[in-house]
Amino acid sequence: MNEFEDIVQEFLVESYENLDQLDRDLIALEQEPTARDRLASIFRTIHTIKGTSGFLAFHRLEEVTHAGESLLARLRDGTQVLDRRSTDVLLLMIDVVRELLGEIERTGKEGEVEIKAVVDEVHACMTGEPPADADASPDAAVEDAPVADAPAAVAEPTQEPAPVEAAAEPVATVAEPVAEPAAAPAPAAPAADSAADPAEMESTSKRGVADSSIRVDVDLLDKLMRLVGELVLTRNQMVRAAEAANEQTLTRTAQRLNIITSELQENVMKTRMQPIKNLWSKLPRVVRDLSKACGREVELVMEGAETELDRSLLEAVKDPLTHLVRNAVDHGVEPPEEREAAGKSRTGTLLLRAYHEHGQVIVEVTDDGAGIEPAKVGATAVKRGVITEGQLAAMDTDEILKLVFRPGFSTAQKVSNVSGRGVGMDVVRTNLEAIGGAVDLKSVPGKGTTWRLTIPLTLAIVQALIVENGGKRYVIPQMAVHELVYVDSQSGGKVEYVSGAPVYRLRGKLLPLIRLTNALGGEAVGPDQDIYVAVLKGDGHQFGLVVDRVLNTEEVVVKPLAARFKDVGSYAGATILGDGEVALILDVSSLARRSHLGAVERAAAKVAGNDDDRWADDSRDRLLITRVVDRRVAIPLSMVTRLEEFPVSAVERVGSREVVQYRGRILPVLRLAQLLGAWSEDDRETLSTIVYTDGGHSVALAVDGILDIVEDAGPRSGLNDNGLNGSTVIHEKVTELLDMRQAILAADSSFFSHDDEQHSSPYLLES
Amino acid sequence: MTTVQYATFEVADQLFGLEVGRVQEVLSFSEYTPVPHAPAHVGGLFNLRGQVIAALDLRVRLGLPPTDLSDGAMNVIVRTEDEWVSLLVDRIGDVVELDDNSAEPPPDTLTGPVRNLIVATFPLADRLMLALDARAAVQAG
Repeated sequence: MNEFEDIVQEFLVESYENLDQLDRDLIALEQEPTARDRLASIFRTIHTIKGTSGFLAFHRLEEVTHAGESLLARLRDGTQVLDRRSTDVLLLMIDVVRELLGEIERTGKEGEVEIKAVVDEVHACMTGEPPADADASPDAAVEDAPVADAPAAVAEPTQEPAPVEAAAEPVATVAEPVAEPAAAPAPAAPAADSAADPAEMESTSKRGVADSSIRVDVDLLDKLMRLVGELVLTRNQMVRAAEAANEQTLTRTAQRLNIITSELQENVMKTRMQPIKNLWSKLPRVVRDLSKACGREVELVMEGAETELDRSLLEAVKDPLTHLVRNAVDHGVEPPEEREAAGKSRTGTLLLRAYHEHGQVIVEVTDDGAGIEPAKVGATAVKRGVITEGQLAAMDTDEILKLVFRPGFSTAQKVSNVSGRGVGMDVVRTNLEAIGGAVDLKSVPGKGTTWRLTIPLTLAIVQALIVENGGKRYVIPQMAVHELVYVDSQSGGKVEYVSGAPVYRLRGKLLPLIRLTNALGGEAVGPDQDIYVAVLKGDGHQFGLVVDRVLNTEEVVVKPLAARFKDVGSYAGATILGDGEVALILDVSSLARRSHLGAVERAAAKVAGNDDDRWADDSRDRLLITRVVDRRVAIPLSMVTRLEEFPVSAVERVGSREVVQYRGRILPVLRLAQLLGAWSEDDRETLSTIVYTDGGHSVALAVDGILDIVEDAGPRSGLNDNGLNGSTVIHEKVTELLDMRQAILAADSSFFSHDDEQHSSPYLLES
Repeated sequence: MTTVQYATFEVADQLFGLEVGRVQEVLSFSEYTPVPHAPAHVGGLFNLRGQVIAALDLRVRLGLPPTDLSDGAMNVIVRTEDEWVSLLVDRIGDVVELDDNSAEPPPDTLTGPVRNLIVATFPLADRLMLALDARAAVQAG
């Protein structure tokens, strides 16, 4: 629907411009009735409006302009000579057109604007009949069409427009309640405005489109923006002071100041907004030239070109966007022959899409090309030394794809003069993150790739949550905050640990937690209960930030940090709070990135979803994929009670067995590497374990890493070895299936006999 | 003979000077917002009439333990090309007018972290004043 509104908006702007010209033309024409070119110009204008209104299904407008057009055709062709009467009728017609446009602008519909009178009038004028009402006296016209006969009133400019105003007012009120006070005085002072056109007066507030736009120096706008920023600050201080003073008048004034400032701020912000089409307008040419140079056939489709964002941001995303578009043409879309061979149309489609989402602007660059092969990306990343083989093995497809954003990476098979100039995707990412945005990609090999840019609406002012940690206040952009949770010990809430990483069970899902103290370099481990958790989203992860206290929300003016703090990376800027103290604005994405949430999240999410139906007879058993040295070993998820991490220093010995103390008991630990005969060069300080508990007894199986959780293994191979139950292929990698029973017995040879004692059931586990 | 005015201040009993034109103002301030993860010489941030100013600890720049900010510290606000920065100093001295010709190159014996921050030395009546290179002093790293 938006696109339709855009068209209507354009139509309105154009029509208003033309109508202004038309007024002047008609007046001039009256002095010089035979000026053909003027008549032709008027005819064209009316004709255009008629055509477009027909197209947009504004039938009243079409009918009026059609009548006008007929009369103008006669005048143009010389069948009729322009006289006082026909001029009046035409002006009348134009005013009705204007009124209709005004109504469309306000309500999007034509409403109940009266048109019959003017259409009849025009016809009467053409056929030479006497005017419908005696001498076409304006008064008569008003009587004749008492509803809202604006045209009649204007046809005779000396006529008081007051009655018209009064009649039209309620309509305007409905459409634009806020601006009403400004418009209301108009009817009260008709004399002053007697020459003004009623449509204009009614819609002073909304009319904006046509003749109320002026050019303003961008510097001036920037300055305004800064000043408003300061005003917001002062407002915050004022509101706080008023609250403290507890004085009625002051409080009321402060509230008003509050409202006005917000409105002012919003409007000043709007002045800096520009549609993204200003940026996109250069891209068709880029795509055309480039596809020619690369031998591609590409059709560029744009959606949401009217989406607006702050001009400074527009500037900032210009290069990244151009780079992505070039990249899509060069590396995304295949040559026509290849496309044909793959059963696609010769012409590739490059879709640019912009839209608003959660107070941000999303810009997507989608191609229907070859897509990106994760395997290729992984191999390249290893080859370029971006990551190691081991790291790659631990990554899932999404993470592998994201490697393209790492510095030193470029998938270009050959260096072309187009997008292989060393400006990789890491620059795109850096540029976006510099403005508090983000870039992400999705790709299906053979189908295409979508790059998704997330851009904040504005940089200068953000709604923010103020939290306190370690006696200092920190600011979290509200955009990143999903909810606030108080982990209450009385209702049994507490922090739990998966692979040693803190998580919180939020509505049945495990939410990875980051303690702000730790994230900021502090060592202290906070309590696990009665804490505040801000549920945040950043860098594609949802996580909980544990803070000492949650204070309040307020609008803050973002002060960019000097270059010296850029490398620090944890902050999106600084701000001055209501009491004048400086507070740092946390960079949520950076927090998420630094805390390496990916692995924990995956394990946590799946564990949480499954630990309740552990014993459910699920034929599609889920497998926890672990890494044991360089092997991938799968464990049925139903056999995983908990993932725990222990410091290696906590490992003690009982005879030849390794144990740790766990929840007041002795927990035997078996290193799977030993069981499976893999040689482990283990110099890590923590031990990742899978804990299995049954009948009050637990064993821990130590692995070198948790990789993934997958549904249902494929066909199994009987290929076996000690401690294994066969092997299978998962995600194109050979994965060994652990013989859980044997592993448990290796850790605690009497494990199942405890079980016998307690349950008197011979075997709980059939392997 | 041209003379230059220097604003002087002490850090660890050593007298330093900055060209007056470089110095915006001098003030004592006690509320600093620490910046975790920031380089060690960043003492903190503070609000100077609506501007966020970074206070750089000259003691740290000179290889000394950081200034104790808990009961206020003296800030020399320096204007550079693109920002205002504060230098944390121990004590503020007088503004002295010095003859350009009396400037001497930094002594060869001057080594260590301080060497990079000094453009010249001026022998005053009773002590030596080291003229700071404003840009080097506020630079990161």
